[in-house]
Amino acid sequence: MTAILFIEQVLNGLQFGVMLFLMAAGLTLVFGVMGLINLAHGSLYMVGAFAAAAVAGATGSFLLALVAALAAAAAAGAIVELVVIRRLYDRDHLDQVLATFALILIFSEGTRWVFGSFPLFLDIPDYLSGPVTLPGGIEYPLYRLTIICTGLVIAAGLFWLISRTRLGVRIRAGESDREMIAALGVDISKLYTVVFALGAALAGLAGAMVGAIQSVQVGMGEPVLILAFVVIVIGGIGSIKGALIGAILVGLTDTLGGLLLPELFKLFMEASAASTTGSALASMLIYILMACVLIWKPQGLFGGQA
Amino acid sequence: MSRESLINAALLLGLAAVPLYAWATDEPFTITLATRVAILALAGVGLNIALGLGGLVSLGHAAFFGIGGYAMGILASHAQSYTPLMEVPFLIEGTKSMPVIWITAVVASALAALLIGVLSLRTSGVYFIMITLAFGQMFYFFAISWPAYGGEDGLSIYIRNDFPGLNTLDPIQFFGICFALLVLALWLNARLARSPFGLALNAARQNAQRVETVGLSPFRLRLAAFVISGAITGLAGALFADLNRFVSPTMFSWQMSGEIMVFIILGGVGRLYGPVAGAALFITLEHFLGGLSEFWHIYLGALLLGVVLFARGGVIGLLAGRKVAHD
Repeated sequence: MTAILFIEQVLNGLQFGVMLFLMAAGLTLVFGVMGLINLAHGSLYMVGAFAAAAVAGATGSFLLALVAALAAAAAAGAIVELVVIRRLYDRDHLDQVLATFALILIFSEGTRWVFGSFPLFLDIPDYLSGPVTLPGGIEYPLYRLTIICTGLVIAAGLFWLISRTRLGVRIRAGESDREMIAALGVDISKLYTVVFALGAALAGLAGAMVGAIQSVQVGMGEPVLILAFVVIVIGGIGSIKGALIGAILVGLTDTLGGLLLPELFKLFMEASAASTTGSALASMLIYILMACVLIWKPQGLFGGQA
Repeated sequence: MSRESLINAALLLGLAAVPLYAWATDEPFTITLATRVAILALAGVGLNIALGLGGLVSLGHAAFFGIGGYAMGILASHAQSYTPLMEVPFLIEGTKSMPVIWITAVVASALAALLIGVLSLRTSGVYFIMITLAFGQMFYFFAISWPAYGGEDGLSIYIRNDFPGLNTLDPIQFFGICFALLVLALWLNARLARSPFGLALNAARQNAQRVETVGLSPFRLRLAAFVISGAITGLAGALFADLNRFVSPTMFSWQMSGEIMVFIILGGVGRLYGPVAGAALFITLEHFLGGLSEFWHIYLGALLLGVVLFARGGVIGLLAGRKVAHD
């Protein structure tokens, strides 16, 4: 194994982590502010990817496709919040889990009904395709590098939004005391809709950007959703900083585990057994990481009291 | 007799009568459907001990369901190919005997539940939901990537396993076995709920702090409930695998966990017979709506949403009248 391969895999892990962050940020915001567990977040990711694939197919423009993904996911999020989610804030978590599970069924089958069962494809635009040479002579796909940069810019933007703007002040206030902020004259239900739509838009953007690397298909959101849960558990619920660090940790662990564990087992096992054992164990690695973090800090790395 | 116990008796009688009628009129497919209901209801009864009694919203019970399934698949596949399961340090042979498979399934899933429980019960609320979901997913990915027992393709068993004195290949006799186990689990659940353990568990759900002041440990109560719950769901998994003569990683999938939870909600949370009513309704809907439309999950989703938002007692709540059974 060469150093170049290793660095490439680190970058892949970073790219994966950054995408997970976009998912986890929305989930953790929604949980932190509204106290709601949303299983249907993966469906919003899927809605974004399908909207992007449909618009890209019709217009040929990747930028328009991204805008469409953001708009469609935000709109779907806002509608779902207004129709269903807002009835769930006062309910216990069991009701929230089931209602959002029902939403997944509706979203998935609805999408299958409209677009069919076959995967769609979203092409990387010409100006972002092909490799780019990084310092040190490493060739890396430009598109993946763009994803990493976009993700980091969005993370910075989110930190700025939460800590420096009026909306951010309201979000933080809503997190700590919702009665008080309502008494101060802030329209709390409108704030909730905005936060939910913001989280949905981030998920939709992640779906569209990943959709160009993988295929766009029904059910693509749920594996990512569960990984985003792992991220939140590791980072601590409600913490954007925890979500970012957790996401990158999970992304790197998953990517590097698949690369390094089979190599590690080769040191004391024969090659074919080492690669099966290594890859089987690598598929469990992030959950083992999560278990370790839990033993050490049950509230996650940056979590307050849940 | 209260209205709820009348409904419960009717449910159980109905579940027994439908396959008997189908047997008399020679419709084996209907018997298979009823067997599915009995097995899935058993899985639901398992989850209901954690969820209804203990208030533990576990979204990872497919892990135990799958472990039960694989216990059957692994033992039976070794017996089928006449190869020992392991030779060092001691010899373990595969088996086709149902009781041995059941015990293996129950012990294996109880151990898994103990391990998952010790880790996840350190947390509560949303964390608990997410962590159980993640652990379930861990087993799913492990089953896919471990090639020795079929990996992603799963394992097929040619002939259903044996039960002493019965012909398990006869649908009605296999139904009888599953139904008897379901009744046994329901009885156990009812006994548990009325036992000192069940009362303490119930109290821990309502107010953990008070239970602690009395000198009981909510953690240990919940862990015991979680282990019993996992073991029963594991037993259901072994039966489910025997019904299909096939195990695959989909038994571990998180949709499976969701479905088991859906049975409880459709039937009514905190109701002893909730899972029976829910599983029966689910399978009936799957059969009829699935025949009407390829996209029947949309209707299922809409129905489920309706039940959660507007009819919180589920089917039994609707029939028995009292809105909510607990807190």
